[in-house]
Amino acid sequence: MSAETIATVWALLIATAVFLYVCLDGFDLGVGILFPWIHGREDRDISVNTTAPVWDGNETWLVLGGAGLFAVFPLAYATIMPALYMPIIIMLLALIFRGVAFEMRFRTETLKQTMWWDRSFSGGSYVATFAQGIALGALVQGIEVEERAYAGGWWDWLSPFSVLTGVALLAGYGLLGACWLVWKTEGELQDQVRALARRLGVLTLLFIAAVSLIMPFLQPGFRARWFDFPLILLALPVPVLVVFLAWRMFRALEESGHAARARTEPVPPRQVLWRDGLPFLCALGLFFLSYTGLGISMWPMMVPPEITIWDAAAPRSTQLFMLVGAAVLIPIILAYTGYVYWLFRGKVQAGQGYH
Amino acid sequence: MLWDAFPSALDLARFQFAFTVTFHFLFPAFTIGLASYLAVLEGLWLWTKREIYLDIFRYWLKVFAVNFAMGVVSGIVLSYQFGTNWSVFADRTGPVLGPLLGYEVLTAFFLEAGFLGVMLFGLERVGRRLHFTATVLVAIGTLISGFWILSANSWMQTPTGHSIGPDGRFLPEDWWAIIFNPSFPFRYLHTITGAFLTTAMIVGAVGAFHVLRNGANARARIMFSMAMWMAAAVAPAQAVFGDLQGLWALHYQPQKVAAMEGHWETYRGAPLILFGMPDMEREETRLALQIPHLGSLILRHEWDGEILGLKAFPRDARPTNVPLVFWSFRIMVAVGLLMIALGLVSLWLRWRGTLYRREWFLRWAVAMGPSGLIAVTFGWITTETGRQPFTVYGLMRTAESVSPIAAPAVLTSLAMFVVVYFVVFGAGIWYLFRLFRHPPEAHESGPPRGEPIRTAGITPAPSVDPRAVPAAAQSAAPGE
Ligand code: HDD
Ligand code: HEM
Ligand code: HEM
Repeated sequence: MSAETIATVWALLIATAVFLYVCLDGFDLGVGILFPWIHGREDRDISVNTTAPVWDGNETWLVLGGAGLFAVFPLAYATIMPALYMPIIIMLLALIFRGVAFEMRFRTETLKQTMWWDRSFSGGSYVATFAQGIALGALVQGIEVEERAYAGGWWDWLSPFSVLTGVALLAGYGLLGACWLVWKTEGELQDQVRALARRLGVLTLLFIAAVSLIMPFLQPGFRARWFDFPLILLALPVPVLVVFLAWRMFRALEESGHAARARTEPVPPRQVLWRDGLPFLCALGLFFLSYTGLGISMWPMMVPPEITIWDAAAPRSTQLFMLVGAAVLIPIILAYTGYVYWLFRGKVQAGQGYH
Repeated sequence: MLWDAFPSALDLARFQFAFTVTFHFLFPAFTIGLASYLAVLEGLWLWTKREIYLDIFRYWLKVFAVNFAMGVVSGIVLSYQFGTNWSVFADRTGPVLGPLLGYEVLTAFFLEAGFLGVMLFGLERVGRRLHFTATVLVAIGTLISGFWILSANSWMQTPTGHSIGPDGRFLPEDWWAIIFNPSFPFRYLHTITGAFLTTAMIVGAVGAFHVLRNGANARARIMFSMAMWMAAAVAPAQAVFGDLQGLWALHYQPQKVAAMEGHWETYRGAPLILFGMPDMEREETRLALQIPHLGSLILRHEWDGEILGLKAFPRDARPTNVPLVFWSFRIMVAVGLLMIALGLVSLWLRWRGTLYRREWFLRWAVAMGPSGLIAVTFGWITTETGRQPFTVYGLMRTAESVSPIAAPAVLTSLAMFVVVYFVVFGAGIWYLFRLFRHPPEAHESGPPRGEPIRTAGITPAPSVDPRAVPAAAQSAAPGE
């Protein structure tokens, strides 16, 4: 394989790792985002317990994103991180509040202490999500690089567009979290998150539309890619698919609501997946489409407007050494991660499981 | 001028890295040992079928969960800091160091994170055999994690297996030579045994504390006894590995060893300086209390071996803070000697059959609780400050590694780290102490949660207090 091909493969792999991170940590950050609307102590315990066995694994994809970039695209890592200095550090600190709260909110001795850890959990989720959205927006807008080093100021990341992507991501993760809870819970809590999912679904669609309309005007390269003749054929189905998936998601939410009202006894997990899990799958589909849209705009830039995938790539021997490991290990990781999700399948009930 | 007094962006970035990495390491140092200890306990339970081991397992599992969470979130910070604060370093060493960290994620972090869920939640869900497998996998994960990160750190100390490109980037030539660089094998052994001792000291202290309060508590006695066996067996080995690591360092980083020893002049038959005040201005160690020839004997294993002093190196290649290296090293060794003594005395008392009855010994063991954490921290400070002024020893200076970020930005982030770490990890450590205070009991189940409410007389019925868990579920769940 030539160095160019390996770098392309790696760009797709890193993009996949980041996407997996967004999907997986997206829903558990989303649970934190919904916390202000989930009131009862018991409902909060259940919500946290739906993600408690898996959150650490979810966050590991973020570590893989960082370490992977350091290994195979060191130049991208070395320019993006200083450019996004503040959002990244704020995100890391927010993740600390949140990660520790997972354990701590079950260790407390008074309700007041629990309340503080709940705030740490929810606040951490908000700040981490917002910072990730800002980082995304700032990266898409472009980063000033001179002689292999970041050359901008330390406020460059803040712009109306990056704030828009920050808020958009809050709505999006909130939607993922709500749909996840529709899948994993039942009863009143489920009714409540179902209603939230509907509202967040509408908001997310509005934000997808806004970001898509602004994107082509951010950089000439983006515009060329979307409005040039052969590509526009590729791009056209994307909005159509978005509309279809959104419609399917709202219908699935409706159906799950009907089914819940008609239900008298617990349903087996397999049926749960198809009835209550469908909105979640549709929401993931919406994320996938938006993400692909972003990918098409950026390709083949790694750090817009100047550094391409191939500029940023580490030497061939590094990329190859990592690729051998990734080819063997990532399937194994996916297998046992899937197995762990399967072990914890089904609805989560009060007082059940962990703490 | 005020701005002259303001620390440079470089110094702030160094302090931030030192602060976050030192904090991080406190958690893995305990996690690595505790994960293996939990695997042993669960194994003993399955093998002997004695519930008592399961009780001890559950007791420490709760501690493990809290500690692990803090280790994870403080570690994620580090994996991004190479880019945020050391971007030139990241760009130039990424081709060599990146894959080592990448493999750490792929082989260790996913394994730990994936099976941690099963370990904490799943005894009744997955059955004993699979649960034990998960515990063992988590323990193996911690050992693999140490393997890669220490290989990366050791490569920075003794870089081999690479070439340097025209643009100054380090290019990998021989992965085997990079991973198994000269200082790695003994550093790995010394650090892992250090982590085991750290855990033994904490477990021993908690055990001793509860034996002091109730000498009949069988669970406390078992944990205390196991910890003392560990100290007796591993503390001497720790000193041997440390000595071997010192020999390597003498070969590859002679100026670091000179700083550790406080030697300025080059000697044949160098003395061992026990204490003194290294003075960087006057280039001498004042008030030195020394034993003739012992330095050469320890480092060269010969009576008249030659030891280079700091003056043999140009000033800009000497460690930048000699007193810190000198004193950190002494603190670590002093703690190590105390651990060896603790282990030896425990053997003596055990032979006399009074291990659980000598109050002064139990108190000593309680006092030694944090000693492992102190030793590993000062060990790292010795190693890392001794490597200065380089990040990649001899090849890349710390001053040229830093990101182009202005001092006020670094100062802001540093202040945020300090505040958040003290608040969040402070609270976490406070909860750990609450867990320690709770004696290990039969049918060890939940944490002391809800208990103060009950002792205060407001016995909550499950229907009233939504946080109360049905008794059956509680005793069945391993986490609680
Ligand atoms: C419980 C922990 C612990 C204890 C009791 C000791 N050490 Fe240690 N030491 C470490 C934990 C540690 C460490 C954290 O693992 C270090 C820091 C970095 C490293 O490579 O290992 C270390 C570094 C370190 C170094 C620096 C090597 C280098 O920079 O390459 C030397 C020479 C020693 N040790 C020697 C000793 C001796 C002679 C001890 C005897 C009593 C001792 N250590 C006790
Ligand atoms: C976990 C235990 C570790 C501790 C306690 C530790 C401690 C320190 C300390 C105290 C410094 C500051 C030195 C100075 O300012 O003079 C430092 C710097 C540094 N260390 Fe370590 N270190 C550890 C592990 C590592 C590892 C595993 C790596 C690399 C993979 C590493 C890479 C660095 C880098 C890049 C710097 C910044 C540049 C510098 O100031 O030297 N450290 N560390
Ligand atoms: C600069 C150096 C370091 C970096 C960048 C780093 C990075 C990380 C990260 C990202 C995690 C979280 C993994 C997860 O998501 O599950 C972690 C945890 C861990 N690290 Fe570090 N680490 C460093 C130093 C060290 C050292 C020196 C050791 C051991 C000798 C170590 C051992 C561990 C272990 C055992 C864990 C998992 C258990 C725990 O979290 O307590 N790390 N580290």
